[in-house]
Amino acid sequence: MAAGQQWVLVEMVQAFYEAPAYHLILEGILILWIIRLLFSKTYKLQERSDLTEKEKEELIEEWQPEPLVPLVSKDHPSLNYDVVTGPPSHRIIVNGKECINFASFNFLGLLDSERVKLKALSSLKKYGVGTCGPRGFYGTFDVHLELEERLAKFMRTEEAIIYSYGFATIASAIPAYSKRGDIVFVDEAACFSIQKGLQASRSFVKYFKHNDMEDLERLLKEQEIEDQKNPRKAKVIRRFIVVEGLYINTADLCPLPELVKLKYKYKVRIFLEESMSFGVLGEHGRGVTEHFGVNIDDIDLISANMENALASIGGFCCGRSFVIDHQRLSGQGYCFSASLPPMLASAAIEALNIMEEDPGVFRVLRDKCKHVHKALQGTPGLKVAGEPLAPALHLQLENSTGSRTNDLKLLRAIVDYSLERRIALTLARYLDKEERFLPPPSIRVVVTVEQTQEEIEKAAQCIREAAVKILK
Amino acid sequence: LQSPCSQHLRYQYFNDLYKMTNHHASCTLLYKKPFVESFEETPLLVAVLTYMGYGILTIFGYLRDFLRDWKFEKCHLAREREEQKDFVPLYQDFENFYTRNLYMRIRDNWNRPICSVPGAKMDLVERVTPDYNWTFEHTGNVLKDVINMGSYNYLGFAENTGTCADAASECTVKYGVGVSSTRQEIGNLDKHEELEKLVAGFLGVESSMAFGMGFATNSMNIPALTGKGCLILSDELNHASLVLGARLSGSTIRVFKHNNMQSLEKLLRDAIVHGQPRTHRPWKKILILVEGIYSMEGSIVRLPEVIALKKKYEAYLYLDEAHSIGALGPRGRGVVDYFGLDPSDVDIMMGTFTKSFGAAGGYIGGKKELIDYLRLHSHSAIHATSMSPPITQQIITSMKCIMGEDGTTLGQERLCQLSENTTYFRRRLHEMGFIIYGNNDSPVVPLMLYMPAKIGAFGREMLKRNIGTVVVGFPATPIIESRARFCVSAAHTREMLDKALNAISEVGDLLQLKYSRKNRHGSEGTDCFSFLESHQD
Repeated sequence: MAAGQQWVLVEMVQAFYEAPAYHLILEGILILWIIRLLFSKTYKLQERSDLTEKEKEELIEEWQPEPLVPLVSKDHPSLNYDVVTGPPSHRIIVNGKECINFASFNFLGLLDSERVKLKALSSLKKYGVGTCGPRGFYGTFDVHLELEERLAKFMRTEEAIIYSYGFATIASAIPAYSKRGDIVFVDEAACFSIQKGLQASRSFVKYFKHNDMEDLERLLKEQEIEDQKNPRKAKVIRRFIVVEGLYINTADLCPLPELVKLKYKYKVRIFLEESMSFGVLGEHGRGVTEHFGVNIDDIDLISANMENALASIGGFCCGRSFVIDHQRLSGQGYCFSASLPPMLASAAIEALNIMEEDPGVFRVLRDKCKHVHKALQGTPGLKVAGEPLAPALHLQLENSTGSRTNDLKLLRAIVDYSLERRIALTLARYLDKEERFLPPPSIRVVVTVEQTQEEIEKAAQCIREAAVKILK
Repeated sequence: LQSPCSQHLRYQYFNDLYKMTNHHASCTLLYKKPFVESFEETPLLVAVLTYMGYGILTIFGYLRDFLRDWKFEKCHLAREREEQKDFVPLYQDFENFYTRNLYMRIRDNWNRPICSVPGAKMDLVERVTPDYNWTFEHTGNVLKDVINMGSYNYLGFAENTGTCADAASECTVKYGVGVSSTRQEIGNLDKHEELEKLVAGFLGVESSMAFGMGFATNSMNIPALTGKGCLILSDELNHASLVLGARLSGSTIRVFKHNNMQSLEKLLRDAIVHGQPRTHRPWKKILILVEGIYSMEGSIVRLPEVIALKKKYEAYLYLDEAHSIGALGPRGRGVVDYFGLDPSDVDIMMGTFTKSFGAAGGYIGGKKELIDYLRLHSHSAIHATSMSPPITQQIITSMKCIMGEDGTTLGQERLCQLSENTTYFRRRLHEMGFIIYGNNDSPVVPLMLYMPAKIGAFGREMLKRNIGTVVVGFPATPIIESRARFCVSAAHTREMLDKALNAISEVGDLLQLKYSRKNRHGSEGTDCFSFLESHQD
């Protein structure tokens, strides 16, 4: 072994002598440079080396943070909530006065349904109240699986997934599919939960004018031109269109057939948010796809909350298994949150039963909506924003005073006047600084199947009087 | 001082002088009782075998993908529609590699459906899979009386009989189930106001506000409190809801090492001295985000030190007590009660009602100005439906029970039972030789498994012995630190715990899980000086 090593050493020394001079000098310089780099101090980019410890202590002493929250004046108009004593049903007791409810999203009147309450009670006696765990860890109950099956069957899709909170549904669904670098085309009037979902997804968001298909097509064409410049990147960027069936902020429909045409032309996927239209539109209440006769498989994802027509709590997404199953591992509001309490799931199942047994209720609701829409026309000083089909209308000021606070004061005065006359209305609430496109201040008028003809007439009369008195 | 290289113990004691800076020397006085936490390091051989295991699984994963692509193997995955085949693919192949090839193999350990109350014992729906976990079928049988070591039922309020259930039933009959409106519009019921007053009294703060979902409480309120120009210092292992809330707020986020006060102090000093990046303007606010009990580690936050730091540097503290409210402290008021501190020192106390109260939802408590501001500006108050009335009633009844206001001592008994159960369970597991993480007083007990095959095996073997456990792997934990997590409950009796412990020991022997290398005889190793003494030679 030693002889072999020695032999290698002799060869090395020989090579050393035979090498040309410049080679040796270059190697020598390189070795010296490496030694210098190894022993020199590393260059820190961030620290300002010109501050002494004493100066640092002084800076720490001097720094004063802002107060945690800015002061709120005691007479801020929204600070004191209207208190509802007792159940939020058709005859609702607001601030001590019994009124007719024109403010809760109780479209099918199921908040008072005895059948739903009984079903929830029996579920409470079997399962208790809470689930004490997320879906992955013994929080999946057989009622959840049953509700998912029923919803999928009702909407005629392959699969459905339930969330325990309506707001979290679309806000968790969008970031599960759309990531950084993907492109989402959204309508300007999209609701707040969609905006939060988009913000969480970190994708490029492009807004198109409300219900304006030409504007959307323009944006899609621009994107196509961009794609042609960089085809490799275009093959991996996903594109989505997010729209609502019935917009909560403007109470009108989205033009779904044109959207589906654009989908196939530009290869974009559609996510449809149906919180206001589920249980309202369509012959059987299946929403805007049934209303327009669009094949439900053409829509990649339908999301809705169960807090309006189904009068429970929570939300669901439905669609093909290929799309929905992904959310079971990557929907944040699904994986990291406790599941829906079983009594609320049972209540939703019973509400679905009622909906399936009596499809006539949807036509009744639509007739009432038309009726209310007509009755509110011609109110002096107020205009009705929304389609005749929409169950949640907005009453906006025809001529704004110029300042939002004053507009809100006037509208609040109308609401108070109506409360005095036993009609419960409410202002539509928005976060002034956080909304992308802040809608104008308005009063929300909600139509439910429980409202009778006389009550609608009375409400319209009351609003007219209020408008005349306050907006003169 | 020669410690054997295989015994790297990191016991952090309040009198561990040689590790502390001058500032921390004064911290010895902050802790009224010993703070004992341990995270035994992974033995080297186990780490190597774990990596090898994952390597083999990855190779097989590629092989199976190849077979599926070339149609040698039937593909059970759902496919894209024919009409949409030329769209950009919805998922990257690699994103789902882990799901298809590793998660699918042991998928039967999660999402197990139950059909009874999630109490100390539960009934599981029996599932069989004809095709290796791609699909499940329910046989129609029910596995009865499975001991539940997985649900977050710390005080045993998940029950369908008793005062809580009766009160919730009455409330359902009177109020119904849904609300269909937001707090600011017409969804503010008298029950919500009653609940908020009660929660404020329970926590010892001026005022509080309740929300319909615990996850959403974080993700909708942190953005209301901070914004651009503010700094958020968040613990490494914070929950997804805190991370999402911090991201949605738009503030700069900096992460400090888990429960490490030196790291936090360094970040605070650097932040104040250097200001915002590039412009060096001073920060508007600094918010520290910590949790009471970290559910994957079982560790408790070092609250006295955090509060001392917060006061020194004038930062604000946001404490998420999702797991610790009701579960820690002599009166069940959470981690603040556990350390005997003043609730007004914590600026924002947040928690959830899902775990110890057997309901759903979250709350935030603090000074009146804070809560008034949140009533106006919280995203939840304006756009999200308020809490369902029977759920609210359940919280009110259970909270009154814990506080003793219902006239019984049931609450106090449950609190004592929980802390006894926790101590007993942890001690026995420690004696058996398992590696368990976390604080001695935390009812969340993670037991290390490490190897990927043992994750599936542990879950299934425990179910065969009629014990329901929770196992967690990547990505909820670091890749080699998969674990089983037990949640001790006040509803567990001594017999149930003994039965569970015997089963765990059996399975531990079968799967060779007793990795711990430290001496397991009783009281040795719990006192710093005796530890030092035993290594003096």
